[in-house]
Amino acid sequence: MAEAPLRVLIVDDEAPARRRLRDLLDDCASALPLLVIGEAQHGREALELLQSAPADLVLTDIHMPDMDGVELARHLLKLAHPPVVIFTTAFHEHAVHAFEVNAVDYLMKPIRVQRLLSALQKVPRLRPVSAEKLAQLPAMARRFLSVTERSRVVLVPVEDVVYLKAELKYITIRTSQREYLLEESLTKLESEFGTRFVRVHRNCLAARDHIRGFERRVNDDGDAHWEVLLAGVPETLPVSRRQQFVVRDTGRETAA
Amino acid sequence: MAAIIRQNPNQPALPDFRNLGTVLRILVAVNLGAAVVAFARAQQLSAVFAVWVESTGVVEPYLLLVLAVLWAASPWLTRLPFRAGAGLIALVTILAGRVVFAAMDTRASLPDGTLLRWILFGLIAVGILLFYFRLRARALSPAITEARLQALQARIRPHFLFNSINAVLSLVRSDPRRAEVALVDMADLFRVLMRENRELTPLEDEIELCRQYLELEQLRLGDRLTVDWNVKSMPADALVPPLMLQPLLENAVYHGIEPLSVPGTVSINLFLSRGVVHAILKNPYRATGGNHHSGNKMALNNVRERLALHFDAEASLESRVAKDSYEVHIRIPYRTEAANSATGVPTVTGPLPGQDNDRSRDANARIAISEAARG
Repeated sequence: MAEAPLRVLIVDDEAPARRRLRDLLDDCASALPLLVIGEAQHGREALELLQSAPADLVLTDIHMPDMDGVELARHLLKLAHPPVVIFTTAFHEHAVHAFEVNAVDYLMKPIRVQRLLSALQKVPRLRPVSAEKLAQLPAMARRFLSVTERSRVVLVPVEDVVYLKAELKYITIRTSQREYLLEESLTKLESEFGTRFVRVHRNCLAARDHIRGFERRVNDDGDAHWEVLLAGVPETLPVSRRQQFVVRDTGRETAA
Repeated sequence: MAAIIRQNPNQPALPDFRNLGTVLRILVAVNLGAAVVAFARAQQLSAVFAVWVESTGVVEPYLLLVLAVLWAASPWLTRLPFRAGAGLIALVTILAGRVVFAAMDTRASLPDGTLLRWILFGLIAVGILLFYFRLRARALSPAITEARLQALQARIRPHFLFNSINAVLSLVRSDPRRAEVALVDMADLFRVLMRENRELTPLEDEIELCRQYLELEQLRLGDRLTVDWNVKSMPADALVPPLMLQPLLENAVYHGIEPLSVPGTVSINLFLSRGVVHAILKNPYRATGGNHHSGNKMALNNVRERLALHFDAEASLESRVAKDSYEVHIRIPYRTEAANSATGVPTVTGPLPGQDNDRSRDANARIAISEAARG
């Protein structure tokens, strides 16, 4: 381990912050063999870079547009060899407190070179922070869901999701284009995204924005139930008896 | 402009009858009083409105006449001690009642005691209103106004301070000259942020400060931030509360530009229109994030409260969320330093040297009080 250089990726939306970090890493290079494999302006770019050039360490800003640092760390866990993530932040009282409580590593900007060096020296002994721990950190709801397909991590923008359906071990993500398989819990997704999705059935969350309306169906036994009509997909979803109030509530909202 | 307005700051004097807020309060209060009287006098509930409308035929001319006299006499009335001023206002009320009565009596002969009833109503209204204005003046007394302005001292986001320091650090090695300029800008900015900002400053100073602030943000954000200045026709000498715009621009960058992955524009539009200074700030806004909304409200309320302390009802701040933009519109009365220090207002009793110009005094009275109190 000692002879192979530490491969580092820098992620920050502000160019001066990236340059500063690069300068500091150059300073550390004499004490510790390291290699900056690249810089990314945002989470998506970082993930893209890491698919082709693996890194041991990702230094990422927390506060970024599109995808924040915490969300990036969650998606990175899906990589074949997830890197260690150390967060950098200028100031965020609450966030910093939560990071300390969960023993998640972070560096305060402006960063001192000694601090950075000791953090780098720790990296080989560190393991990536678990998804459970990352979920504890205060962050916005994710902008993307990530799934692994043929050893690549694919990002699905949350606003493209038409519905999420739990099936046996997996959740099916349905977009107007296609389906993806996700390994997460429907209940956790429901609480993470709040009002974006509405539970229409024990095993199904429909995206509010994609609901076109409801249709009453009567089956052969004479039992009637509601079906959700969705924009962008041909299939409909049954509304369970327990969730029938959704028809009334959502119907009123679309009418208003 | 200061330290000459109130010789005795412990004695709240009469209200300023040329201030829009004062006049509005009087109008509303007297008309409400007339409505209460109508409730008491009407035989049936259905008649209340008719009685009230009938009474306005007397109340309005009477009220407007008194207000007109007080408006004209305001510059020297406000200089009198409270008791003398109150006595004079009572006298004006009696005389105005007499005049209105004379005018009405020629058309239709009014029953006995009508004049006395009117005058008593007028005096009661005067008494209640003077009591109210005195209480209000106490509530807005120098010490309390001072304390409130101090509490409202705008605070810059620590987030901005540390990110800027980081940005300057990144320049030290590669572009030391730019780093120098940036540090000087920061020093200027923090000098203003840390001083006691209780007196009005010229608009051009505020704009200069905003430029320095945005310069620093630009250093950090580069192409992501475009600023569209529309200040060619701004009244550079208009007096504004310090840090009236900078916190709002900080909001615009923090909520409008930073969460955006594509470049965005903050536009600043300043102009003068019919004696009112307009400031319109606009930034892109996406409603989805919605996580740090409270910080925005804080800065808005802070500026709004300071505007109210300085200008009362004559200033306003409105914010508006459109589909993908956010706009703040500030209106303040156009007041200048030159008008403030103008001398030679014609006065009836011995004028004080350098007495303030009547038109602009109300805006600055309170600020000047603060200064007088500080010595």
